Amino acid sequence: MQQTNLTINGQEHALDADPRTTLLDALRNHIGLTGSKKGCDHGQCGACTVIVNGRRINSCLTLACMHDGDEITTVEGLGQPGNLSPLQSAFVAHDGYQCGYCTPGQICSATAMLQEAKDGWPSNVSDDLAKGQKLTDEEISERMSGNICRCAAYPNIVDAIREVAEGAEA
Amino acid sequence: MTRHLVMDEPATKRVLDELPQSLTGKPMDRPDGPEKVTGTATYAHEWNLPGTVHGVLVRATVPKGKVTAIDKDAVMKLPGVLGVFNDERFLRNPAQGTANEAPIQGPDEIAYLGQPIALVVAETFEQARHGAHRLQMRYDVAADGVFDPEATNVPHERPEDDQLDQGDLDAAMKQAVSVVDQVYRTPGHNSAAMEPHCSIASWEGDKLTLRGSYQMLNYNINELADSLKIDAEDIRMLSPFVGGGFGSKLGISAEAVAAAIASRELGKPVVVALSRQQVFETVMRRSESRQHIRLAADADGKLIGLGHDSLVSNLPGEDFYEPVMQATHFIYTGENRRMNMEVARVNRICAGSVRAPGEAIGMVALENAMDELADISGIDPVELRKRNIPEMHPETGQGYSSRPFAEALDEGARRFGWDKRNAKPAQTRDGEWWIGMGMASAARVNMLKEAKARVTLNADGTATVETDMSDPGTGTYAILTQIAADMLGLPGDKVETVLGDSDLPKGSGSGGSFGASSSGSAVFLACQDIRTQLAQKMGMDEDDLKLDGGKAGDMALADALAGDAIVGNGHIEPGETSKDKRQATYGSYFAEVGVNAVTGETRVRRLTAVFGAGRILNEKTATSQCYGGCIWGIGMALHEELLFDTRDGHLVNHDLAEYHVPVNLDVPQIDVHLLEERDDWASPIQAKGIGELGLCGAAAAVTNAIYNATGVRVREYPVTLDKLLDQLPE
Amino acid sequence: MKPFTYARAADTPEAVREASGPSHDFIAGGTNLLDLMKLEVMAPDKLVDINRLDLKQISETEDGGLRIGALVTNSDCAADDRIRRDYPVLSRAILAGASGQLRNKATTGGNLCQRTRCYYFYDTAMPCNKREPGSGCQAIGGATRLHAIFGASDQCIATYPGDMAVAMSALDASVEIEGKDGASRTVPVRDFHRLPGDRPDKDNVLEDGELITAVTLPAPTGGRQSYRKVRDRASYAFALVSVAADIGMEDGKISHAALAFGGVAHKPWHKPELDALLTGKEPSDALFAEAADLLLAEAQGQGGNNFKILLLRRTLRAVLREATQMGETA
Repeated sequence: MQQTNLTINGQEHALDADPRTTLLDALRNHIGLTGSKKGCDHGQCGACTVIVNGRRINSCLTLACMHDGDEITTVEGLGQPGNLSPLQSAFVAHDGYQCGYCTPGQICSATAMLQEAKDGWPSNVSDDLAKGQKLTDEEISERMSGNICRCAAYPNIVDAIREVAEGAEA
Repeated sequence: MTRHLVMDEPATKRVLDELPQSLTGKPMDRPDGPEKVTGTATYAHEWNLPGTVHGVLVRATVPKGKVTAIDKDAVMKLPGVLGVFNDERFLRNPAQGTANEAPIQGPDEIAYLGQPIALVVAETFEQARHGAHRLQMRYDVAADGVFDPEATNVPHERPEDDQLDQGDLDAAMKQAVSVVDQVYRTPGHNSAAMEPHCSIASWEGDKLTLRGSYQMLNYNINELADSLKIDAEDIRMLSPFVGGGFGSKLGISAEAVAAAIASRELGKPVVVALSRQQVFETVMRRSESRQHIRLAADADGKLIGLGHDSLVSNLPGEDFYEPVMQATHFIYTGENRRMNMEVARVNRICAGSVRAPGEAIGMVALENAMDELADISGIDPVELRKRNIPEMHPETGQGYSSRPFAEALDEGARRFGWDKRNAKPAQTRDGEWWIGMGMASAARVNMLKEAKARVTLNADGTATVETDMSDPGTGTYAILTQIAADMLGLPGDKVETVLGDSDLPKGSGSGGSFGASSSGSAVFLACQDIRTQLAQKMGMDEDDLKLDGGKAGDMALADALAGDAIVGNGHIEPGETSKDKRQATYGSYFAEVGVNAVTGETRVRRLTAVFGAGRILNEKTATSQCYGGCIWGIGMALHEELLFDTRDGHLVNHDLAEYHVPVNLDVPQIDVHLLEERDDWASPIQAKGIGELGLCGAAAAVTNAIYNATGVRVREYPVTLDKLLDQLPE
Repeated sequence: MKPFTYARAADTPEAVREASGPSHDFIAGGTNLLDLMKLEVMAPDKLVDINRLDLKQISETEDGGLRIGALVTNSDCAADDRIRRDYPVLSRAILAGASGQLRNKATTGGNLCQRTRCYYFYDTAMPCNKREPGSGCQAIGGATRLHAIFGASDQCIATYPGDMAVAMSALDASVEIEGKDGASRTVPVRDFHRLPGDRPDKDNVLEDGELITAVTLPAPTGGRQSYRKVRDRASYAFALVSVAADIGMEDGKISHAALAFGGVAHKPWHKPELDALLTGKEPSDALFAEAADLLLAEAQGQGGNNFKILLLRRTLRAVLREATQMGETA
């Protein structure tokens, strides 16, 4: 067993678990935060996306014990029913989901992605690596391509993210 | 009381159009949205029952034979392992949609590589997963497995009720001015719903509760009971949230039965989730197909002959086969017709329903052939299709119910700007890209299924809708809420819809696009039942009852109810109208693609689609469904393919890294337009199904556009770059 | 996943000491290792977590290059201003790979050690000489869409799947490696990965317990750099083929040429003769055809991947035309 201290959504958790436990399984099976989803368990779908120390990662491909002292934000920490984050509200308004299973991962991913864009990170579709990028639809799509939605709500997901990105700019 | 309707007559009184309220049809946000976006919606794995232990299934690693020994002892010694189960009741194949009984059981007889054999249960998931990896099995391997549906040593069957020979197609082909005679191939597909199948089984005495991820509890409960050899009355199934289904969760799969058996034995709740690889290997695949299409047209492009023969496959002993020609039978004219179905028996994963079984691939090949005919005959593809819309069903002589097919073709062409297309291929460049436009028709049979629902008008003037129906993302929560709200004159937020509990009245289940119209009709009828009772209670004629904005006439509903709730029950059954008329939904797709002149990579740049599906119950969720269908079409056209090793039938690309479903960047913004339509023959709410229509021909619009872009006709899906590369124009 | 002992190392010597054992592995990002451990394709007895090591900086070297710490994430590497400016091929290659989430975890050292995507390597029901030496290669004669056209052996036809290392090969970067007792060595990226031969289980030249500490890039050549990745999906897919190029032009002639290729071999493919052929020549379609002939002379398809030969020819020509500013191709 491995002792690990995690700060999740601002709350401290002392985890005592098999070192094989992934961060995703720790959240879901040990801590009771089932918002982060398991879609493939191999980093191939993005449903498990959480934000660790400000960065989005696949929680299925990292061990919980590697995150001692880390700050973790899951979808539950972004907002709650009645107190939705701007992205959560936009996903509801734009129907940025259907079955909803990939949705927490999409929203965590988009939340951190907007910060990456703000920090001037380029993407594979950026024409110019050096300059800051305007978040075009193509940029949003490329940056969100690590989150698969089999219901294929992609056009609505892009609408929702664009709306929030533009709102943040204004 | 129960309001029961057998759909024997068209519903010419359009009640929903006459109500003072009209929330139905409006783009209302999903009531389940806030739960979904905050991670508080409870999917199958997420009940956190105290004491739950974890099970992991173990698969066969040979394609055919018998299990002769399982070394349980070695695994039982591993830390945390509680049990290794291998029971004759374990499912060999998953249950087909609407099976309503146990599928083929008996795991020790191996019919395909990947078949579930055993279950390892341990205190933790990590322990169970390792135990499952370590479980050694010995096999008696059979040498007579067959793996390639087109190989000569594979037995073929011809299902009797899917053979048509009308008139003389051979003569028509000779007599025709323009002919198409081509073979198209589509590969297998996987539903790949984002939530892997999962069941939590727990027992109290002889009573089993199974929390699963299933689309049709009304059938699933009987499949589970029959598999376990217990009474359905002793089972409760819960599926309030289903993380996508697309056919893969129509019937029960191996994890449900294994979890129930292990839980009974261990006296603890057992959760069994399929890994993503197991989803690919043990639940339904869409069959690959070889489709031979013959079109014979006269000088005006009018079909005088139409042939569509298909070869699909399944495991031995499975009745299901992909009904490839389903829409070919009625969409286009042509008096000389031949359509023959053949099924190859192979040792590959079970074939079953994957979104829009039949039309998803049958319409695609047909619409490719129509594009070839347009090209040969020099007739515009839209015009060619319009000329071939039959007056009567060309085989049965039935009439059609509402059919805005020509309207969808015209409206799509207009919205897309089809008139700007250059009919001559390989003429348009944008930098390094060849640009092309293509179109295709959409068609999908419409079905109504038996469904029941209960609606309670609570004493406080709110309402509760209850049925065992599921909402695998289709929008059931939204549309049932909307129908009940309008019928009872309530704001949407005063109606609560409760789904996914087998103790509730049996709905239709979600499948075959029939869920919304069937369960919606049951709710509609239950509300009619309430209206009758309320009118009686208020001592007035039902026709004079005006429910609007939470009021009955001038009186607040709560006051009118005077402390009593009213319970209404609705029960819909299909009847004569489904035989009197050929009911179907229609549409059109228009795609613009770019094909890279260097590499042959294809990207879809624009997609317009127009659909008619009767009354639209929620414009927002219906549009989303259509986006989904169209995007499945993009995947099918460009990269989705189950890749089987024909030496042992094993699925090579059994994960989401190598089975390529579309990602966000594969998809352009899509213009979906829904036609205003009512189909009185379809249901008392004039609605038809829309969940699958978006897919039924979509891929053909993309591949027809590839032809227009490059002049290269690829008849083998998906159109990956290797199939274009050596033929690209210079 | 097999049970393992977990140890967290505070510095490089401790990490190397902790990992000195035949079935001991370092874990950094873990994005490939855990993927494989879940399937028990890899099953180490001990994992040494190196994430606390001080290897997260990108610093300038004395000869005008950059030294990228082994724990610099792919995201940080691609977004670094100096790399974006002077080594755009590296930024581009990294951004073409995986997803935003994976790039946030994947590290420079770990990515070099990424293992093949061969379907048969990943499926423990199948024989595989890379996973289980001597068991056979089921990929040969099977589904070979992903597989090698260069340098395969009769024991293994797998490819190295990554993008980053392909760019590093074009840039002629070096891998700094630390071993037991503070012993360190430097290996050119071009020699870091191996061909399968009769030891397909060995992907690269690392010995047990050796740790990658950094990758150094030589001073920028001033050439025009590009990375072109061809794949089935528009994003989030492995390369069918990729081309990394650093091409300098002077007085209408190619003054510097460095090309490396991904998705085609057990290692990022680099052919010095190809660079030599191009250098000093005036760009022309004839020259590029000659270059492609030279590159592809030893190409050998496996059936399902035969298309890569033509694809690579066409892609190479387009990259060269673009790099030498001859204009658009085809």
